[in-house]
Amino acid sequence: MHAPISNPLALVAELTHRCPLHCVYCSNPLELTARSRELSTASWARVLREAAELGVLQADFTGGEPLARPDLTEIIRAARAAGLYASMITSGLPLDEKRLDELVAAGLDHFQLSFQGAEEEAAREFSGTRTHAQKLRVAEWVKRHRIALTLNFVIHRQNLHQLEDMIALTEKIGPGRVEFAHVQYYGWAFANRERLLPTREQLDRSLEILKKAEERLRGRIKVEYVVPDYYAKYPKPCMGGWGRKVILVKPDGDVLPCHAANVLPGMTFENVEKRSLKQIWEESDAFQKFRGVDWMPDLCRTCDRRDQDFGGCRCQAFLLTQDAAATDPVCSLSAQRGVVDAILRDVNRSNAAAPEAAAPEPEWLYRPNPA
Amino acid sequence: MTPELTKRPRLAPGCRLNEKSQPSRVLLMPERALRLNGPSLEIVERCDGSHTIQQIVADLQKLYSKAEPQKVQQDILGYLERLQEQRALDFE
Ligand code: SF4
Ligand code: SF4
Repeated sequence: MHAPISNPLALVAELTHRCPLHCVYCSNPLELTARSRELSTASWARVLREAAELGVLQADFTGGEPLARPDLTEIIRAARAAGLYASMITSGLPLDEKRLDELVAAGLDHFQLSFQGAEEEAAREFSGTRTHAQKLRVAEWVKRHRIALTLNFVIHRQNLHQLEDMIALTEKIGPGRVEFAHVQYYGWAFANRERLLPTREQLDRSLEILKKAEERLRGRIKVEYVVPDYYAKYPKPCMGGWGRKVILVKPDGDVLPCHAANVLPGMTFENVEKRSLKQIWEESDAFQKFRGVDWMPDLCRTCDRRDQDFGGCRCQAFLLTQDAAATDPVCSLSAQRGVVDAILRDVNRSNAAAPEAAAPEPEWLYRPNPA
Repeated sequence: MTPELTKRPRLAPGCRLNEKSQPSRVLLMPERALRLNGPSLEIVERCDGSHTIQQIVADLQKLYSKAEPQKVQQDILGYLERLQEQRALDFE
C-alpha cells in the first residue's frame, strides 16, 4: 500500500554538466554527462509543459553552468509560456549585459549568483580576483531589472573564516536574499569531506555570525543558511521527502528524485524521451522506492518525526552505511550514528552536544534544498 | 516593524502571482510559493504599489464586514509585515 502521491512543486532542470569551474564540492555526479547526450531545446520545452501540467510551479535551471547552453533564453521562454516561475543559478562568469537583457526579456524571474564557484585562487583570497570583479558587475546589471537577485555562498572549512567578508560583500551588493549553504557531502564533496567539514568551534562561530547578520538585515536582505547536518541531532528532510515535492531532470533527460540518487545501487532511472514526466513521477521504480513510509526501517516508521524528516537522506544513508534503506546515520537515534561521530571526532578530537537543525517554516508550500 | 498606513506595498522584484487561469492562486517567489485564498489573495492582489495600506484595510473591512474592523486591520498589518520580512514586499 502506498500513500497518495502528491504532485511535485519544483522542477530542477540540470541543463548541462559543462562548467568553466572545477569545485571540489561540486554536487554533480562523478560521472558527468557528455554534451552530445544533452536534451534538445524542443525536448526541454516539452518537459517544462509536462511539468506545469503535473502541478509544478517553479523551474530551477542549474548545471554545471546553465549559460553553457546557447539556447538558455529559449528554454526560459518555454518555462514562462508553460506558466512556470523561472529561476537560474549561475557563476555569472560567461555572461555579458546583452545576454542578461535577453534572459530577462524571455521571462527570467530569479537570478541566483553563486559564489560557490570560487576557483582555488578566489577561495584563498576572497576579493580582488578577476572572477570577483565580474560577479560584482553581473550583480549590478541584474539590479537594473525588476527580477529577484539571490547571492549564494557555499561555505566550508576552507572559507569559513571569510564569512564576515561575505556578509559585508552582500550588504554592498544589496540583493533581496542571500543563502549560506554548508557543503552537503555527496558527489565530489563526499570524496573531499575531510578537507571541507568544519570543526564544531568553527560551526558555532559561523552560526553566531549568521544569526547576528540575519537580525541586523531583517526587512532588507533575507538571510538563509543551511547547517552541515553531520552536526545536527536529526537529519534534514532531504528534498522535502523522496518523490514528494521535487523532480529533477538530468542533462540527458533521466529523471531523478534527488541529484545524488545515481550513487544508489540497483536504481534505474527513466528518461523523458521515453515516458511522460507524469508517468515517471507516479509509477517509476526510482520514485516509488523510498516514497511514503512503507520502505522505512521500524525505527523511523514508528517515530514521531517521520513526517518531518522522512528518515533523512537516502544517499547519505548509503554513503555512510552501505544500506540505502537505513535510517540516515546523522540521526541521533540511529544505531549507526557512530559512523558520523567517528568522522566528527577526526575533525574535532572532541565531542560536545550537537545543535538542532533549523525547523522548516510551516506555512510555505516547499523549500527545496539549496545548492 | 509595523508598517505605516500611508505606505504603498508593492510585490518585490521576482515575486508575482501565478496566472488567474491556474486552479489555485499562489504567490511565486525565490525558492518558495505561498498558497493564497480568500483574504490573503485579496490583500496580495492589492499590493501593486498604488494602493495604500489604509485603502487595502478599508477594502477588506468592506469585503469582510462581519469581522471586527479593528481585527481586520491588525491581521492585515501582521500579514504585510511578515511578507516584507520574507522580502516578498517593499513598502513604497
Ligand atoms: S559546483 Fe557548480 S560551479 Fe562548481 S564545478 Fe560544480 S557545477 Fe560548476
Ligand atoms: S528515527 Fe528516522 S524518522 Fe525518527 S528522527 Fe531519526 S531519521 Fe527521523
